[in-house]
Amino acid sequence: MLKLEDIHTYYGNIHAIKGLSLEVNLGEIVTLIGSNGAGKSTTLMSISGITRPRTGKIFFQDKDITTALTDTIVKMGITQVPEGRMIFPRLTVYENLLMGAYLRKDRKGIKMDEEHCFELFPILKERRKQAGGTLSGGEQQMLAIARALMARPKLLLLDEPSLGLAPIVVENIFEVITRINSSGTTILLVEQNAQMALQIAHKGYVLETGKIIMEGPAGELMENPKIQSAYLGID
Amino acid sequence: MFEQQLINGLTLGMIYALIAVGYTMVYGVIQLINFAHGEIFMLAAFLAVTFITVFGLPIYIVIIMTMGCCALIGVLLDIFAYRPLRQSPRLAALITAIGMSIFLQNLAMIIWGSRPKPFVQSALPPFLRTTALTVGDASISWLQLFIFGIASLLMIILFLIINKTRVGTAMRALSQNRTSAALMGINVNRVISFTFALGSSMGAVAGIMVAIYYNTLYPTMGYVAGVKAFAAAVLGGIGSVPGAMIGGIVLGIAEALGAGYISSLYRDGIAYAVMIAVIIFRPSGILGKSTLEKV
Repeated sequence: MLKLEDIHTYYGNIHAIKGLSLEVNLGEIVTLIGSNGAGKSTTLMSISGITRPRTGKIFFQDKDITTALTDTIVKMGITQVPEGRMIFPRLTVYENLLMGAYLRKDRKGIKMDEEHCFELFPILKERRKQAGGTLSGGEQQMLAIARALMARPKLLLLDEPSLGLAPIVVENIFEVITRINSSGTTILLVEQNAQMALQIAHKGYVLETGKIIMEGPAGELMENPKIQSAYLGID
Repeated sequence: MFEQQLINGLTLGMIYALIAVGYTMVYGVIQLINFAHGEIFMLAAFLAVTFITVFGLPIYIVIIMTMGCCALIGVLLDIFAYRPLRQSPRLAALITAIGMSIFLQNLAMIIWGSRPKPFVQSALPPFLRTTALTVGDASISWLQLFIFGIASLLMIILFLIINKTRVGTAMRALSQNRTSAALMGINVNRVISFTFALGSSMGAVAGIMVAIYYNTLYPTMGYVAGVKAFAAAVLGGIGSVPGAMIGGIVLGIAEALGAGYISSLYRDGIAYAVMIAVIIFRPSGILGKSTLEKV
């Protein structure tokens, strides 16, 4: 479904992604794990067309989207929940959701998805008239995910949904991610919390300083002693 | 005298408010003080007079046509002058804005000459200058009433566009987080263009009103009006649209009262004094958000 072929992305002169290739198949949860500064977020921003790769190719459903504009990419079905949530703090919860559906014209469908989001996260329904910035961290993460779902994505990119959240909230969010996936949305999940990510993923990639150093089925990666000591805290 | 000055100030204030919303909206979406905004205001006055004298069109059609032309000029200004500098340091765009201001001023001088011209009075209904009503010992002319009415109407329309429409919500989203707005599929450049169009058409109406009200137009008229409207936007809190409206009205009244009670020579000085006071005592303005940034 999504294929990155040897992409190189730069910030000015900083070579952030150094020849990364990965593949996400329809219906999968694929996780990209790695430590701070490994290039995980940059990879997602490259897919979304915010930071363009200088070389390499990105294909989505066999179409080359390497140089496509962000709104075209969203229209094709790739939506990102960015790191740090980036909700619109002075728009209401409801307006935030509407912005997620910005490119859609089908009022009925939008209304339906709105209901679906409120089912998934009942707290958002209670807070629908509140400004996004007044929500707690966990609620903001829920809003960010709900907002992305409003675009009815085929592929959902999630950037560190567990960041800064209490363990119980993280559990909740990950449960929702599995539910979203089982209802047919393919997911590329970037995480520092490798433990959680590998538990729900089908496949995993390990990123270190802009390069993939390991890949395989999530279960195998969890058993790998190198991964265990470096990312799972098991000696 | 107090009532009269209050009414004069309110009329002036509504005009400042119309210009100030253009500064504040553009600042909101791209953090740029568009110094050429005053020149759009000036061009509107000249275009209106040209449309009347060359095509002989009635004034209300001229106002609408001028709004459209100025919206287009605003968009072109953004596309050619500011868009190429979007990724550059903010100072580059700011200096470009000053450059565009000087350029447009001189362009107007080349086209229409540098001497002040009167407005085409024959295009206006004659009753405009007559008294519409009197309050105490103050008289309000039909013209003042019209300015007040049209400006209020435009403010309401603007408020509805920003708060109730899809593109207005996108504008607000964009001003809060540009990356996130882009990730929603919002075409950022198109929304920025829309912002320029909206602000410029508001400024255009103000330009025509001022030319009629003072019965004069000249290529540098945008400078003083622009600086005062900018002061109004700062007073209200730059980036806040209701702030710009309130700031414009407060500044207009302060100026008229100052001119009435102190000396009309200090008219312009009052605007600057207000701006300096705001910067010293409340830099975020009346409705501005404080710039405390969470890390």
